[in-house]
Amino acid sequence: MLCESCNEHEATVHLTQVVDGSVKKVHLCEDCAAKSGLDVHGPISITDILLGMGGGKIDAMAEDRSCARCHLRRSDFKKTGRLGCPSCYETFGTELLPMIKAMHRREQHSGKVPSSESMTVKMTAEVAILQQQLEQAVAAEDYEKAARLRDAIAEWRAKAAADSEAEQK
Amino acid sequence: MTVDELLKQPGVWLAPGASDGIVVSSRARLARNLKDAAFPGWAGEEECERILADIQPAIEKSPALQPSFVLPMNTLDDLDKQILFERHLISREHAGRGRGSALVAREDESIAIMVNEEDHLRLQAIRPGLSVREAWQTIDAVDSDIEKSVRYAFSPKLGYLTACPTNVGTGLRASVMVHVPGLVLMNEINPIIKGISKIGLAVRGLWGEGTEAIGNMFQISNQISLGEKEEKIVASIEQIVLEIVEHEKNARQRLMEKKGSVVRDHVGRAFGILSNAHILSSKEALDLLSGLRLGLDIGILKTKKRQAVDSLLLTTQPGHLQKMQARRLRPKDRDLARARHVRGELLRAGLAIADEKRGE
Repeated sequence: MLCESCNEHEATVHLTQVVDGSVKKVHLCEDCAAKSGLDVHGPISITDILLGMGGGKIDAMAEDRSCARCHLRRSDFKKTGRLGCPSCYETFGTELLPMIKAMHRREQHSGKVPSSESMTVKMTAEVAILQQQLEQAVAAEDYEKAARLRDAIAEWRAKAAADSEAEQK
Repeated sequence: MTVDELLKQPGVWLAPGASDGIVVSSRARLARNLKDAAFPGWAGEEECERILADIQPAIEKSPALQPSFVLPMNTLDDLDKQILFERHLISREHAGRGRGSALVAREDESIAIMVNEEDHLRLQAIRPGLSVREAWQTIDAVDSDIEKSVRYAFSPKLGYLTACPTNVGTGLRASVMVHVPGLVLMNEINPIIKGISKIGLAVRGLWGEGTEAIGNMFQISNQISLGEKEEKIVASIEQIVLEIVEHEKNARQRLMEKKGSVVRDHVGRAFGILSNAHILSSKEALDLLSGLRLGLDIGILKTKKRQAVDSLLLTTQPGHLQKMQARRLRPKDRDLARARHVRGELLRAGLAIADEKRGE
């Protein structure tokens, strides 16, 4: 297959995009892909696309803050789409959280928690999801379900409180 | 265990799957990082070496991983790395790394752990057929073993923290590879891809991110890793794959009813070319092998050694081909060697057109 842009070289970069709900395919050779700004050697990720869109905003902010622990700068992250260390999530929290929400459509973890983490941490993850379900149940006027969820939330909170009390003693 | 010894095994990623041949394999991977270290892409080689030294004993202790082997990236040549990549044990990115990065895997290749790829740990389990739940349970157990002696980077809000924010939360990517020539021949694959993308799942090609679907093989995986429990992620992939399998079966049935001669022509041509060609690129080989697999699935073709046909998916790849020839080949010579290999294997498998429809 020939490149759709230059019609000269073999197309080696194949992009499938969903634009306004329809699937579009573009076949390019490596040169033309590079010319149109695609990094053909690195994986193309949602981050790149989201960062590409929000890139101007980040640039416009005069200060190029850096992570106190690993010294990664905001501009480094913009370039690679990768963070430097776990602490970067706190350092760049204000910019990262909206981006994460746009990617995952959610902003609270639910699921496995390392066994070494405290009961309070486990409770936070569980309760966040129960809370969402509770809101849905109330909206759907399913008050029986809502009551069950409310009890479950109270139970988790009590467990976490008892656990942290025990730890303090 | 060396890369050469691996070649004696059929590999799990492209192993023959369920009896109907539609679902090829299932995979679950978890991204994990240490609490007190820079992510591999930002850490220097020295720090990566230190991380590897810290983490390797914890990994090797996991009972689920036994018997295991370790291959440090800096001890492998390009051809070895290519083989590991083709077997889906490492990624392109991991292959590009050197000191401080390693592969730790179970000898049967069902579990593979990339140390210091994009994240400190990328744990994966692969199973043949539709067993994404089992794959996740397997890798979850390995993860629980490792976390006994390692402190992971974890936030109550964002879950497991990863180098790229696309993987935070559970760090789980569950994927299933399907072979759907019926949907492609019926021109019904695009609406399905569109539908899948709408519900937060991704469809990728044979080798993952950024690759084109060749040989009518697609990988279906979750895009969202934050805010949904692992069980739910796995269940939604399972459900969508079952639906695709139904669609594919349906498409195959309609094809045979309405376009029987088109299908027989498609399969017959694939068989004819693969049995007689002398120059074969790897893309052409995969595309034609798809025709053979379809022919075998629906009984147009017959063989006593289905495994020999299925294993061609892997052995026609450039790395495997060169390793078998025990020398490096230029692309042109590779195409010659590939055609020779395929001709030989098909002959060995005794592949033939099933008699009943021959006269049509």
